[in-house]
Amino acid sequence: MASLKELSQREILFTGGHRLCAGCPAPIVVKQVLLAAPHAPIVVNPTCCLEISSAVFPYTAWKVPYYHNAFENAAAVASGIDAAITALRRRGKLDENKKFSVIAIGGDGGTYDIGFQALSGMLERGHRVLYVCYDNGAYMNTGIQRSGATPYGAWTTTSHVGDAQKGKQQHRKDLAWIAAAHGAYVANASLHNWRDLMRKVEKALNYDGPSFINVQAPCPRGWRFPEDKTVEIARLGTECCFYPLYEVEDRGRKWVINYVPRNKIPVTEYLKPQGRFAHFFQKGNEYLIEEFQAEVDRRWEHLQRLAKMSEDL
Amino acid sequence: MRKTIGLTGDGAAAEAMRQIDPDVVAAYPITPQTEIVERFAEFVAEGSVHTELVTVESEHSAMSACCGSSAAGARTITCTSSQGLALMHEMLYIAAGNRLPIVLINVNRTLSAPINIHNDQSDSLGSRDAGWIQLYCEGAQEVYDTVIQAVRIAEDRSVMLPVMVCLDGFVVSHNVEPINVLDDQEVKDFVGEFRPVINLLDTENPISMGNLTLPEYFFEHKYAQAYALEQSKPVIAKVDKEFGEKFGRSYGIIEAYRMDDAEIAIVTLGSMVGTARVVADDLRQQGIKAGVLKIRCYRPFPIDEVAEALKGVKAAAVMEKALSPGAPGPAVFSDVLGALYHKGVHVNLISYVAGLGGRDVPAKSIRRVYEHLQKIAASGKVDRILNYLDLRGWQ
Amino acid sequence: MTVQINDAIRKLDKKSFPAWYEIPLGGTLVAEGSTDYHTGSWRTKRPIWNAEECSHCMICWMYCPETAIKVENGKVVGIDTNLCKGCGICANECPREKAMTMAPGGEY
Ligand SMILES: Cc1ncc(C[n+]2csc(CCOP(=O)(O)OP(=O)(O)O)c2C)c(N)n1
Ligand code: SF4
Ligand code: SF4
Ligand code: SF4
Ligand SMILES: [Mg+2]
Repeated sequence: MASLKELSQREILFTGGHRLCAGCPAPIVVKQVLLAAPHAPIVVNPTCCLEISSAVFPYTAWKVPYYHNAFENAAAVASGIDAAITALRRRGKLDENKKFSVIAIGGDGGTYDIGFQALSGMLERGHRVLYVCYDNGAYMNTGIQRSGATPYGAWTTTSHVGDAQKGKQQHRKDLAWIAAAHGAYVANASLHNWRDLMRKVEKALNYDGPSFINVQAPCPRGWRFPEDKTVEIARLGTECCFYPLYEVEDRGRKWVINYVPRNKIPVTEYLKPQGRFAHFFQKGNEYLIEEFQAEVDRRWEHLQRLAKMSEDL
Repeated sequence: MRKTIGLTGDGAAAEAMRQIDPDVVAAYPITPQTEIVERFAEFVAEGSVHTELVTVESEHSAMSACCGSSAAGARTITCTSSQGLALMHEMLYIAAGNRLPIVLINVNRTLSAPINIHNDQSDSLGSRDAGWIQLYCEGAQEVYDTVIQAVRIAEDRSVMLPVMVCLDGFVVSHNVEPINVLDDQEVKDFVGEFRPVINLLDTENPISMGNLTLPEYFFEHKYAQAYALEQSKPVIAKVDKEFGEKFGRSYGIIEAYRMDDAEIAIVTLGSMVGTARVVADDLRQQGIKAGVLKIRCYRPFPIDEVAEALKGVKAAAVMEKALSPGAPGPAVFSDVLGALYHKGVHVNLISYVAGLGGRDVPAKSIRRVYEHLQKIAASGKVDRILNYLDLRGWQ
Repeated sequence: MTVQINDAIRKLDKKSFPAWYEIPLGGTLVAEGSTDYHTGSWRTKRPIWNAEECSHCMICWMYCPETAIKVENGKVVGIDTNLCKGCGICANECPREKAMTMAPGGEY
């Protein structure tokens, strides 16, 4: 892995002048993904904050081939691009040595929910596509509605906090696990740990098969925290094991935890700075913190068990 | 070598696809289209095509993958029917808006509910405003020829739009006809090489497509797209003419059958044209001046040709296999009416919706439509504009 | 009306409003980046970079969402005030106390 100094001499193929909020996580993820891509990148982007803010006619922040089609089909569009590469190569219409990094980058809504079927199809068919989900845990583009990735108890504009209900009623879907069940190369990463994220992207794109990387992407607007804290919140998410960094290799069998916090911090340190969890800290709502902590612990323990079982693989 | 073999409509479509040998096919099974994708999968398995077949998990993903592959500069074909076309609906508009020359073979089947696998044209007529070229075929030979032509039309530099080739489910898709199949090389030469304008794989010249387009630019973008569709008519005619000169078969944008001195006429599309011809022939023998106007190219709508062909007719009926609930009239009828208005041609025009959900449209029923037209022609008065053929309880 | 359509994919004059026949095919753009779209006016606070204190570790460069940390030959040389939105991530992540700090107000 190149050092930061070396990386900083490369051109970033996604520029400023986009219209994402100040402090937005999406461009940080995109930057790391594009810097790590080993071959010529081609990006497919479903409808989401990133799309509506980065390619606004007649401007586009992209300096790589970029295609937005619809909200729920990035994985299928990318499958088509992969098929085109295979077909044109077979016909000798592409330079033999020319390699591409086909990358779909979507939000959690376009990935966990409405794009779930297309993602599953792409992974099952084995396309050489890396699907990156920048997981900001809600439909931000349409104004912070809950998604399958929204954490338990979080306030969103479709999971309000009131007398009858305190935020989202369900725990979040564990999409990386589902992706792993397809036998793809799968990883959980976070934008604060660029080295880990970039290593995974490079690995995925050198892999002769489908891959899925879920990236923790704290959103200042939707999560209700100051816009300079994007990276810091991500760090806390990993330090409390809410967003552990791991990868799944060997067609879904080998689970490796890439980062074990020296001192696993209580989830309150992660929850406290975020306005979407403000009600967790009101009197009488302590059970929300307890349930959140318990679920984080359950998943973390299970992940550790899987990693342990994988040790001799 | 050219040869004549027995093929169904689906078989003819698959055979044309084999000879075109597209780069990518992404498709999903649905009755009555399934035979096309099954047959094509056989070609893939036996190695008689070089195509990458993407066996997607839905039609939604089929059209999405087609957009991806076409945008990557690959010649791309898909096929579907009914619910499948409905599931593609969102991306139909996107494929046209992105100017991707995809060819789609739609085997016409009605739309649920109630669920029914049989033929009518609700599916593709319901997609008429998606911005695609739509060509309706009368029989299996025309399907074969039109699929080959469609590739050329879509990829013409001045068109760059997706093309939908429609054939009636079962009536055409499952009926065996003797089909004159061209030599593989002839087809290859006719379709030529695809030279994409939009190409995501050209990473040295990166493009950004599908951009958000706000009110200051959106209208201009959409008009440019609509203009391309309107202007595709001469290209469709030119390709058909060239096909005719080379291979001896051509179909035109419309076909005016025995229309020269016709006093009454049926305007229709798809397989009903064939039955209407037989009835018109019979009536002619009895000295009744009956004609048939076949609309082969439905989008772009042949305004001039239709108005010209109907000029001088005393009464005409538009027969179509789709309802347009709540509308002043069904789709094709409304379009014909619009064309006449455009050209200042007055014809006593009525509508007949027929054959919904696979109900047979036999010659004797079409004869009743002509009888209705005779009455209107004689009296000069339209008694009823909207009519429903062989609908029990309707009189 | 038949008009000459100029629909090849080409760089556009971003300040003009093209007529419909000047819209490139499918509204497709040359992917040339958007550094000519200036978002500096969004700032309500501004980063102050202190060359003396900077160790050129490039952490701010990696996390800046706007490609606004200007780098030459592996060294930070300043802030692109046309692009910087003043989010403050650079100052928050800078490991050196005085190398990158935020000042109130967006204007330099
Ligand atoms: C079929 C369809 N349904 C709904 C929408 C509206 N929509 C656009 S983006 C979006 C949410 C995007 O959420 P996510 O994928 O998480 O990305 P984010 O904006 O949070 O980055 C929604 C609901 C749409 N464009 N298309
Ligand atoms: S709402 Fe969140 S994800 Fe969307 S642009 Fe703003 S900061 Fe980025
Ligand atoms: S993070 Fe701080 S020390 Fe490091 S390069 Fe940026 S300003 Fe200099
Ligand atoms: S304030 Fe934000 S946008 Fe400006 S240079 Fe720092 S990180 Fe970049
Ligand atoms: Mg989201």
